[in-house]
Amino acid sequence: MDIFIQQLINGLVLGSMYALVALGYTMVYGIINLINFAHGEVLMVGALVSWTVVTLLESSGIPGWALLLLSLLAAMVVCASLNFLIEKLAYRPLRSAPRLAPLITAMGMSLLLQTLAMILWKPDYKPYPILLPDDPIEILGATTNMVQILIVLTTAVTLCLLMLLINGTRLGRAMRATAENPRVAQLMGVRPDHVISATFIIGAVLAALAGVMWAANYGSVQHTMGFLPGLKAFTAAVFGGIGNLPGAMVGGVSLGIIEAMGAGYIGDLTGGVLGSHYQDIFAFAVLILVLTLRPQGLLGERVSDRA
Amino acid sequence: MTRSKLIIFVLAAVLLAVLPFVVLPLGQAWVRILDTALIYILLALGLNIVVGYAGLLDLGYVAFYAVGAYLFALLASPHLAETFPAVAQAFPQGLHLPFWALIPLGAGVAAIFGVLLGAPTLKLRGDYLAIVTLGFGEIVRVFLNNLDAPVNITNGPKGVGSIDPLRVFGVNLGETWEVAGLSLPSVTLYYYVFLALVVVAVIISLRLQDSRLGRAWMAIREDELAAKAMGLNTRNLKLLAFGLGAAFGGVGGVLFASFQGFVSPESFTLHESVLMVAMVVLGGLGHVPGVILGAFLLAALPEVLRHVATPLQAMTDGRLDPAILRQLMIALAMIGIMLKRPRGLWPAPRHESASPSAAGSKA
Repeated sequence: MDIFIQQLINGLVLGSMYALVALGYTMVYGIINLINFAHGEVLMVGALVSWTVVTLLESSGIPGWALLLLSLLAAMVVCASLNFLIEKLAYRPLRSAPRLAPLITAMGMSLLLQTLAMILWKPDYKPYPILLPDDPIEILGATTNMVQILIVLTTAVTLCLLMLLINGTRLGRAMRATAENPRVAQLMGVRPDHVISATFIIGAVLAALAGVMWAANYGSVQHTMGFLPGLKAFTAAVFGGIGNLPGAMVGGVSLGIIEAMGAGYIGDLTGGVLGSHYQDIFAFAVLILVLTLRPQGLLGERVSDRA
Repeated sequence: MTRSKLIIFVLAAVLLAVLPFVVLPLGQAWVRILDTALIYILLALGLNIVVGYAGLLDLGYVAFYAVGAYLFALLASPHLAETFPAVAQAFPQGLHLPFWALIPLGAGVAAIFGVLLGAPTLKLRGDYLAIVTLGFGEIVRVFLNNLDAPVNITNGPKGVGSIDPLRVFGVNLGETWEVAGLSLPSVTLYYYVFLALVVVAVIISLRLQDSRLGRAWMAIREDELAAKAMGLNTRNLKLLAFGLGAAFGGVGGVLFASFQGFVSPESFTLHESVLMVAMVVLGGLGHVPGVILGAFLLAALPEVLRHVATPLQAMTDGRLDPAILRQLMIALAMIGIMLKRPRGLWPAPRHESASPSAAGSKA
C-alpha cells in the first residue's frame, strides 16, 4: 500500500507536468493541425533560462522563492517570444503547403533549438540549485516535499485559469472559433493570425512553467531534457483526444500515474524479469493501445474519415 | 532508351565506378563518407516506399535498420557463443553465416517486423501514424538497451562488437584485396558492394513505381477512401508497403553492422529516423532521383563539413565542434529547404499527380 500511495504521488507530479506541456500541443494541433515537435524544446529553453537567472542571482541574497518566481517570469518571457518567432518565421509561411512540409520544419526546428542550446549552454548536465525547503513531508506513509506539492497545486490553478480564459474571454472564444473553422471565424471578424500567435504564446508560457517545475523537481538541466517530456506530453494529448483541452489534462495526469504505477509494479508483476528502466515503454504502449482501440482518444469526438 | 539518355547513363556508371579512386588519394575517410552515404541512400529508398509511394509517414523506420544491424551483429560475432554455451557447442567456430544468406535473412526478418509493427497502425492516418511509429521505434531502442538482463541478448548499452566483415565471393571486405596489380583497401571494397546493392534497390524502386502495385500505393496515398472504393485491398497493400520498406531497412542495417564492426543502441535513436524522413522529403517525396539526392546531401555534406570545420572549433572555444556543426547544418537544411521548396529539391514531375494541390497532403 505504501508503494501504491508513493507511486500515486509521483505519478500525479509527473502527470501535472505532462498536462501542462500537453495543453500546448493540443491547442496548436486544434488550431492549425500541426504536431509542434519543437514544443518539448521550448520546455528545455525555459528550464535553461531559469537556471541561468538562478545561478546569476544566487549570491545576491534574494530569498529562494522570490528567485524561483523571478526566474520563472524570465523563462516565460523568453519562451513566449521564442515560440512567437518560431511560428511567425517557420510555420506561418507553410500554412498552405503540403502536410508533411510543416511537420519536417517542426522537426528541424526541434533539432535547431537543441543544437543552439548546446552551443549556448554547453552540453554538460547542470545542477539546478535547491530553492525551496526540501524537507520530506509525510502523507499517508508516503514521502513527498514542498516542490512536488507546489507542482500539483500550481498546475491545478493554472488549468483553472486556462479554462476561464478559453471559455470566458473574447480571445478564448476566438480560439475556439478558429479551431472549429478558420475561414468562417475570419468572416466573423476573428483574425486567425493573431489567434494563432496567441495560442503559441500561451502554449510557450505553460511549457516554460513545466520546464521550471521539471528543473526544480529533478534538480538538473541539460539541452536534451525536452525530448522525452515533449514526446510523453504529445502522447498524453493523443491519449486524451487531441485538440480537446480537458482531454489533454486528463490524458497528462493519467499518463503520469500509469507510468509511475508501471515503474513501481512491473518488477513484481514479471517476477523481476523486466525492471523499472522499462518505464518509458508504458507511455508508448498506452498510446498504441488507445489509438487502436479508441483512435479519437479518451475525451475526443469522432472525426469523420475525410477530416 | 534514347541516344542522349544512354550516354548520360554510361557516363554516370563510369563516374560511379571510378569515384573511389578519385577520392582515395584525399584519404580513406573520404571513401568512408561515400560508403555511409550509400547506406543512407539505401535506407532512404526503403523509406520512400512507405512514405513516398504509400503516403504512410513512418517515424520509426530506424527500428528496422536496428533489427537488421543487430541480426547481423548477433549472427556474425562471438557474442552469442560467449553468452550461451549451447550456441558455442553447436557452432564451435562461431556463427559466421555467408553474405548470400545474411542479406535475404536481414531483409526477411526486418520485413516480418515491418508487417508486425504495421498491423496495429492500419486504421491510423497522418500524424497519428507518425507518432505511433515513432513510439515503436523508441520501444525497439529501449529493448535493445535493456535486453542484457536477465538473459544477455543485446549486451545492453555497451553494444555488440567484433562483428565479422562481409565476405563476398571469398573476398574478405575487411582487408585490402590485391587484384590484377591493384590494391583495393577495405573501404573501396565496401563501396562497390554497397553500390551494387543500391543499384538493385533503385531498380526495384523504379520498377515498383510503374507497376500495378506502385499505382495502387499511390492511389492510397492520394485518397485512401477512393482507393478502397475502387476495390483495392488497402489493408494488404499497406502491410506490403511496410514490409517492403522494412526489408530495405534491414539490409541497410546488415551493411551498417558489418561496415562498422560494432553496433549499439545509440546508433538507432529517433534522431536517425527523423534524418531519414528528412532525406526523403527534402529530396522529393516519391521521386527516386530526388530521394537519392536528398540522402546524399544530408549524409555526405555534413560529414564533409566535419573535416573542413576543425579551425572553427578553435575559434569558438570548442563550442562549435564538427559534430555540433553537422547537427546545425542538418537542422537549418530541414527548415530552409522546406520553407523555400516545400515539395523538395527535386520533386516528381507534376503530370504524375493529377491534382498538384492534393499530392502529398494526405501523407
